[in-house]
Amino acid sequence: MKLTNKIKASHARDYRSVLFVLAAAALIVAPIIIDATVHKSSYVIDIMVRILFYVIFASSLNVINGYSGQFNIGHAGFMLIGSYTGALLSTKLGMGGVWYWVAIPISGIFTAIAGFLVSLPTLKLRGIYLAIVTLGFSEIIRLIAMNWTAVTNGPMGVKNIPKIWLFGLRKTSSPMVIYYIVLVFVVLCLYSTYKIINSRVGRAWMSIREDSTASQSLGINVNRYKAFNFMLGAFWAGVGGALMAIYYRFISADMFVLDEGFNVLAMVILGGQGTLVGPVLGAVIVNLITEFFRFADEYRLVLYGLLIILTMWLRPQGLAGATNTVLAGQAITQDSSKKTAVDDGADA
Amino acid sequence: MSTILESVDVSKHFGGVKAVNHVDMKIEKGDIFGIIGPNGAGKTTFFNVCNGAIPATEGKVYFNGELVTGMSLSQIASRGMARTFQNIKLFNYMTVLENVKTGFHMHTRTNMFDAVFTTKRFKRDEEYIVEEGKKIIERVGLTKFTNVRAGNLAYGIQRRVEIARALATQPEILLLDEPAAGMNPNETQELLEFVIALNRDGYTVVVIEHDMKFVMNLCRNILVLNFGTKISEGSAEYVKNDPKVHEAYFGKGATL
Ligand SMILES: Nc1ncnc2c1ncn2[C@@H]1O[C@H](COP(=O)(O)OP(=O)(O)OP(=O)(O)O)[C@@H](O)[C@H]1O
Ligand SMILES: [Mg+2]
Repeated sequence: MKLTNKIKASHARDYRSVLFVLAAAALIVAPIIIDATVHKSSYVIDIMVRILFYVIFASSLNVINGYSGQFNIGHAGFMLIGSYTGALLSTKLGMGGVWYWVAIPISGIFTAIAGFLVSLPTLKLRGIYLAIVTLGFSEIIRLIAMNWTAVTNGPMGVKNIPKIWLFGLRKTSSPMVIYYIVLVFVVLCLYSTYKIINSRVGRAWMSIREDSTASQSLGINVNRYKAFNFMLGAFWAGVGGALMAIYYRFISADMFVLDEGFNVLAMVILGGQGTLVGPVLGAVIVNLITEFFRFADEYRLVLYGLLIILTMWLRPQGLAGATNTVLAGQAITQDSSKKTAVDDGADA
Repeated sequence: MSTILESVDVSKHFGGVKAVNHVDMKIEKGDIFGIIGPNGAGKTTFFNVCNGAIPATEGKVYFNGELVTGMSLSQIASRGMARTFQNIKLFNYMTVLENVKTGFHMHTRTNMFDAVFTTKRFKRDEEYIVEEGKKIIERVGLTKFTNVRAGNLAYGIQRRVEIARALATQPEILLLDEPAAGMNPNETQELLEFVIALNRDGYTVVVIEHDMKFVMNLCRNILVLNFGTKISEGSAEYVKNDPKVHEAYFGKGATL
C-alpha cells in the first residue's frame, strides 16, 4: 500500500517534469514557428505577450489571495503603480533603453512599498473589510494618476515611452523580443513564488490562511507576515506593470480601472487559488475567451460571470485546485477512518 | 521548585457573562496540572487568557515570573508556551509534516531572500526541521500519516498532530484543551502514557479534561472551576474527596 503510493508519487513527479520540459520547449519555439507559418503572426504573438503579462498579474494576486487568504480585489492599483513608475522613470528621468533593467526592479520595489502601506489596515481589518480597503486604494490610485497632471500627464496618459535595449543589441519594441523578455520575468516570478511558498515564509502564509489563531500560537507574527505577503504580491504586479508600459509604449489611467483588477481576480478564481498552476491556467483561459468572443463585445462579461458561477458551483477550488490531478501538484490520500467526534464548546 | 505559570485574580467577562471570575492559580515547574469543571465552567476561556489568545478583563498572568498579560498570543508563544485547541485548529490543507514544520517557525530564520536563492540558511533550516519534524511525528506515532493532509485525518489523530505541532515550538509548558475528546479508550490510554513520557522529558503539562478517570490518573495537582469561579484546588487526592467538587458535578450529597 505504502509502496504503491510511493511509486504513484514518483510517476506523478516524472510525468510532471516531462510536462514541464515540453511546456518550456513549446514556449520558447512557439513564436518562431508562428512567425514563420502564420499569416498575421504579430497579432498572435501580441496575444501571447498579453497572456504572459496576465500570468504575472494573476500569479502575483494569487500570492496574496491564494496563499495567505487575504482578499485583495484592487490589484489594478498595484499594476498601475508599477506601470507608471516604469513609464515615468524612462520618460522623465531618462531611464529607458538599457536603464530599463534598473527601472523594472525599481518599479517592483516601489509597488511593494505601496503594498506594505495597503497591508497596514490588516492590523485591524480582515475579510470583506480588507477587500473594501483594496478596492478603495485601487480607485484612489487611479484618480491620482488621472488628476496629478504635473507628474502623470493626467488623462492624456504617458506617451512615447522609450524602447528597451536588450543586452546592447538593439532598441526594440518588437513583440517577438518583448515576448522573450516577459517570458524570462514570468519564469522568475513563478520560480521565486514556488521557492518562497515551499519555505518557512510560505508555510507561515498558508498557516495564516488556514487558521490565524493557531498560527499565532506557534509564535508567528501574523501582521508582519501579512505585510510581507502583500509586498511580494505587489512587487510582481509592479514588475508586470512596468513591462506592460515598455511593450505598449503608452499607458493611461483608464487601463487600470477596477474591472481590470476583477479580471485578474477572475483568472485566479477560475484557475484555482493557492496553487502555482492555477493562475497560469486562468490567465490563458480567460485571455483566449476574450479573443475568441471578441465579436460578442460587452456580452463577454456575461460569459465571465457565468464561468465564475459555474466554477464556484462545480469546482469551488478552481480548475487546478486540490485534486488528484497532476496539475494540482499534490494528491490527497483519504484516510479510511472518518471523523467521529462532534466539535463543541466555544474557543478563541 | 519554582512557579512556571501563575494567575492572580484573573477575570474574563463577556458582556454580562462572567466566564472567569477572580481565579488564582499557581503551577509548579515539572507538574502535570489538571483543570476540570462542568461544561461552560470557563476552563477554555481561562486557558485563552493565560496564553494571550484573548485579553483579561482583570487580573495578571505571570509566566516564569514575567508579567505576560497584555502580550499577544505570538509573544507569549515565543516565551515557551504552546497549546492545543478544544475545537481542533490544524492547517487542514497542509500535510502533517508541513503542520509540524510550521511549528518550528520561531526556531528558524529563513526569509524570502534565503528561499529564492537557496542560501545556506535555507538549506540548514529545511534540513533541520525535516529531521526534527520527522522525529516528533514518530514520537506521536504518526509516521504513516507524514504526508497526509491534516484535514483528512480522524479526530483522534488530528489531536495528536496538534500536540506534535505544539512540541515543534519547543515549549516549556504545554496546554492541552481536552486532548482525549474524540479518542477511543485505547487511544486515551496511549495519550495518558504519552503525556507522562513528555512530562518525564521535562515538559510542564496543563490539561483540561472531562474524563475524570483520565485526569485523576494523570494529574498531580488539579484546579476545579464552576461558573467561572475556583471551587477547589490541590492534589488529585484532595480534590477527589472535596465535597464541593462532588456538589458541582453531581449535586449535593453525591460521592465520586
Ligand atoms: N467569545 C465568547 N463570547 C461570549 N461568551 C463566551 C465566549 N466564549 C465563552 N463564552 C461563555 O463563557 C462561558 C465559559 O465558556 P468556556 O468555553 O470557557 O467553558 P469550558 O469550561 O471550556 O466548557 P467546555 O467544557 O464545554 O469546553 C460559557 O458560558 C460560554 O458560553
Ligand atoms: Mg472548553
